[in-house]
Amino acid sequence: MKITNKKMKNKKRIYLDNASTTKTDKSVLREMIPYFEKKYGNPSSIHSFGQEARIAIDDSREKIANFLNCNPEEVVFTGSATEANNIFIQGILDLHKNSHVITSAIEHDSVLETVKNSGADYTVLSVDKDGFIDPEELKREVKEETVLISIMYANNEIGTIEPIEKISKIIEKLNQKKERRIYFHTDAVQAAGYLDCNIKKLKVDGLTMSGHKIYGPKGIGVLYKKNDIKINPIIFGGGQENGIRSGTYNTPSIVGMAKAVDLIKEKRKKKETEDLRDYLIKEVLKIEDSFLNGPEKERLPNNANFSFRGVEGESIVMFLDQRNISLSTGSACSSRTLEPSHVLRAIGLDNLQAHSSVRVSLGRDTTKKDLDYFIQNIKEAVKKLRKISGR
Amino acid sequence: MDHFSNPKNMGELRDANGIGEVGNPRCGDLMTVYVKIKEGVVEDISFKTLGCVAAIATSDMICEMARGKKIEDTLNITFQDLVDELGSLPSIKVHCADLAQKGLKKAIDDYQKEK
Repeated sequence: MKITNKKMKNKKRIYLDNASTTKTDKSVLREMIPYFEKKYGNPSSIHSFGQEARIAIDDSREKIANFLNCNPEEVVFTGSATEANNIFIQGILDLHKNSHVITSAIEHDSVLETVKNSGADYTVLSVDKDGFIDPEELKREVKEETVLISIMYANNEIGTIEPIEKISKIIEKLNQKKERRIYFHTDAVQAAGYLDCNIKKLKVDGLTMSGHKIYGPKGIGVLYKKNDIKINPIIFGGGQENGIRSGTYNTPSIVGMAKAVDLIKEKRKKKETEDLRDYLIKEVLKIEDSFLNGPEKERLPNNANFSFRGVEGESIVMFLDQRNISLSTGSACSSRTLEPSHVLRAIGLDNLQAHSSVRVSLGRDTTKKDLDYFIQNIKEAVKKLRKISGR
Repeated sequence: MDHFSNPKNMGELRDANGIGEVGNPRCGDLMTVYVKIKEGVVEDISFKTLGCVAAIATSDMICEMARGKKIEDTLNITFQDLVDELGSLPSIKVHCADLAQKGLKKAIDDYQKEK
C-alpha cells in the first residue's frame, strides 16, 4: 500500500465521483473557520458570543430561503439529508396514524427504508427503462388514507430528473377531492446543484438538501418544510428548530451550507457540464457492447452511468483507481452489500447487467482533458477485464 | 492486488481434461476453472472469471496453489488457505475464495467423471 501512496503523490488524481460527495469549496471553508476559532458561542446563549452565532444562523437561513424562494422559518437545519428525509417522512406518518404512503422504486435508501420501516401501508411506484415514474400510475395508487408522497427530484445513480411540477399539479387536484390531504416531499439532494429549486414553482410541501453534494461541508442537511404543515418531532431535546430538530446548532456547518448554496448559481456551469457529459457518453459508447443506463434527456448534467458486457463494475473501479481515477459502481454504498443496485434492477437490468455498471459523476473542476484520460483508461480496463472473464 | 492487476493464469486451457463452472448470481461472479490432470497430478490449470477484484485474485491464486499438486492435495485447499495466502480479504469477499475452491473441486470432479 505504501507504494500506491507514493504514486498518488506524483500523479494528478482525477475525481469523477461528485455524486458521492464533492470537495468543500475554498470560500465555503473560509467562511466557516471563524465559527470554530472565534465565534464559537452557542446560538441559544443570550450573551454576545451566543448572539453573534445566532446572527450567523439567521443570515444563513435567509440565504437558503432566498435560494428556495421560501420564508426563512420554513428552513430547518438537520445533521444530514438522511436525517431530513427521516424527519419529514416519520414526522408526517407519526402524526397521521393508519395512513398510506407512495414513493418510487429508485429513491435513496434514506427514503425507501424509512417508508418501509414506518409501519404505514405503502406503495412503491415502478419506473420505466429510463427511470421515470408514470404520473398516471401515481394517480391510480392514491387512496383515501394516502397522506404522503415522496418522489426524488433527480436520481443519484442514473441521473433521471422526475417531473416534480407535474406531480405537484396532480396532487393539488387530488387534494381538492380528498378529506385527508396529501403532503408532497421531494429529495433534491442531487438536484440542488444544477436544477431549479424554486419552491413556488415546484409546489412541494417538503424538500431535502445536503451540504456535501454542493461543495459545502459534510454533516449538514436542510429540510424545507412548508409553514402550515405540522409534523411530530422524532428527535427530542432542547427544542431547537421550532422543536422539529433538537440539538445544538452546528454553526460552522450551517454557515458553510449557506455559502455553498449562495455559490450554486455563480459556479454551477450547467451547460458546460452537460456538453462534457454528452461528449463522455458519445465516446464511451464507442466501446463494443456498452450501454448507457438512464435517460438521454431529462438527465442530471453531471451524471453518466454505463454497463459493459462481460465485466464487473467493481473491477473497473479498482482498475481505474490504480490509474488515479476515482469513480463508483452503481452507487457508492454498493461495495458494502453484494446485492446489485435496486435502481438498476428497477429500470429492468438483470443481476449481471446491474453488476457490470459504473457511475461517472462530473464536478465543477472536471475538464475535457480529464475525460479523455478517463476514456482511454476505461477502454483498456474493459478490454483487459473481458480477457480475464472470457466474455 | 497483483493477482488482480496481472493475473498469470487466465484464459481457457486448450487441452483441459476437467472443467468446472461455478457462479454466484447474487453478487454477479461467474468462474470457470480448467484443469489438465496427468497421472493424478494437476499439470496445468487456468481460469476465466467475470467478477470483482477479489474473485479474480482468488481465481489466480488457486491456480498458483494447485499447479503441480496431487489431486488429493488440491482438494484439501480450503478457502481459508486462499485467504491466508492472499494476505487478507474483506469479510464480505470471503465467499469469492469459497467460489474459487468450489470451481477447482468441480473441475476435478469433472475430470474424474470423464475418466
